[in-house]
Amino acid sequence: MRCQDVLPLLHPYADRELDVVRHVEVETHLRGCAVCAEREGRLRSLRAAVSAPALYHQAPAGLRVRVRSAVLPAARRRRPSRHLVAVAAAVVLLVGASAAVGIILSRAGVSPDDRLAERVVASHVRSLQVDHLTDVASSDRHTVKPWFRGKLDFSPPVPDLAPQGYPLAGGRLDYLTDRPVAALVYHRRLHAINLFTWPADGDGDTPPRALARHGFNVRIWQRAGMTFWAVSDLNDEEFDEFVRLYRERAAVPGP
Amino acid sequence: MELDQRSQFEQATLPHLDAAYNLARWLTRDVHAAEDVVQEAYVRAARYFGSFRGGDGKAWLLGVVRRASCDWLTKQRAQPAALPDDVPDRGDESSNPEVLAIRKCDVALVRQALEELPPLLREVVVLRELEGLSYQAIAAVTEAPLGTVMSRLSRGRRQLQRRLAPDRVGGEA
Repeated sequence: MRCQDVLPLLHPYADRELDVVRHVEVETHLRGCAVCAEREGRLRSLRAAVSAPALYHQAPAGLRVRVRSAVLPAARRRRPSRHLVAVAAAVVLLVGASAAVGIILSRAGVSPDDRLAERVVASHVRSLQVDHLTDVASSDRHTVKPWFRGKLDFSPPVPDLAPQGYPLAGGRLDYLTDRPVAALVYHRRLHAINLFTWPADGDGDTPPRALARHGFNVRIWQRAGMTFWAVSDLNDEEFDEFVRLYRERAAVPGP
Repeated sequence: MELDQRSQFEQATLPHLDAAYNLARWLTRDVHAAEDVVQEAYVRAARYFGSFRGGDGKAWLLGVVRRASCDWLTKQRAQPAALPDDVPDRGDESSNPEVLAIRKCDVALVRQALEELPPLLREVVVLRELEGLSYQAIAAVTEAPLGTVMSRLSRGRRQLQRRLAPDRVGGEA
């Protein structure tokens, strides 16, 4: 083998992609040719430099969870009819299921509140599912409240409930009843509470009412021209405490 | 997706999460975009898992990651598919033995040189040197003929050598 024959084979040789016969031929040539041997050595050192472990980007810790939860809805879209039956019990399927239930309920002539409850719960589930709980992630009410300015034509009350064990996690824009609404996110230990709020149709105040949908608790009330829908998988007792605290603190103008 | 199909999907793809992220990260050169791209790729992969006929799950997944990365780059108007292979290719390098000192190069320099490679050359180098894929698998991932893979790989390596070596020897390599 001559140098010009070896040259185009040098990379496949280094990558061990040659058949045995040609591999041996190149090897033999390299033993006898200093110029080609030096080229091969340079290639080897470049390969060592480029394959340094420090250049490898390991996936960040949270990505696996994120990917797994993102895959579920995509898989569901593929063959919806069978999934609804097969895994209807699974919480993650609530988004699809609730849409179906919503249609059935509306035909049965149920109240608009029931239909809205389905959508609120679905929105709550979706926010947990796609890892999109918050657009503005902050435990500081002075960050979260101004964030809504310019995005909504109203300003949701954002009381600080951290001292009572319900720290603020942030806020995001959501879409319900054909209008953008504010979603505040509070936490109780590992439970997330989504609180949706938007201007009410009337001025009247109504005390909190309790609903339950698909294992989630819902509380609805109206105050000072605003409608509030809270949803969480938190137990009734603590959830009622949260609602009471929120209503108390929201009524007091913050500093 | 049935539960057993879902677990098949996860078995075929989740072990390659690092590889997926590594490729997305090298192609997008952006920490956050790489995560989004990987997520998007897995969603697409789940949707099209029915078309996966077994075999090399890694190459199959990386192909999806690559397309998702290209879509992201297109959105960024970063001209992903163009091959601005602008460094003039002057055939083989000089025979200066000092070039061997690349091994001692700062990792940061190598990283920068690799990031600055044209995307089509960068991806084959990453798939070969960091993922250890065979030429055949690289051809499958990049949807290119074997000969193209080989020529891109050797061009990519030559460009890297030219970028890394001159600093070491204090002159043209």
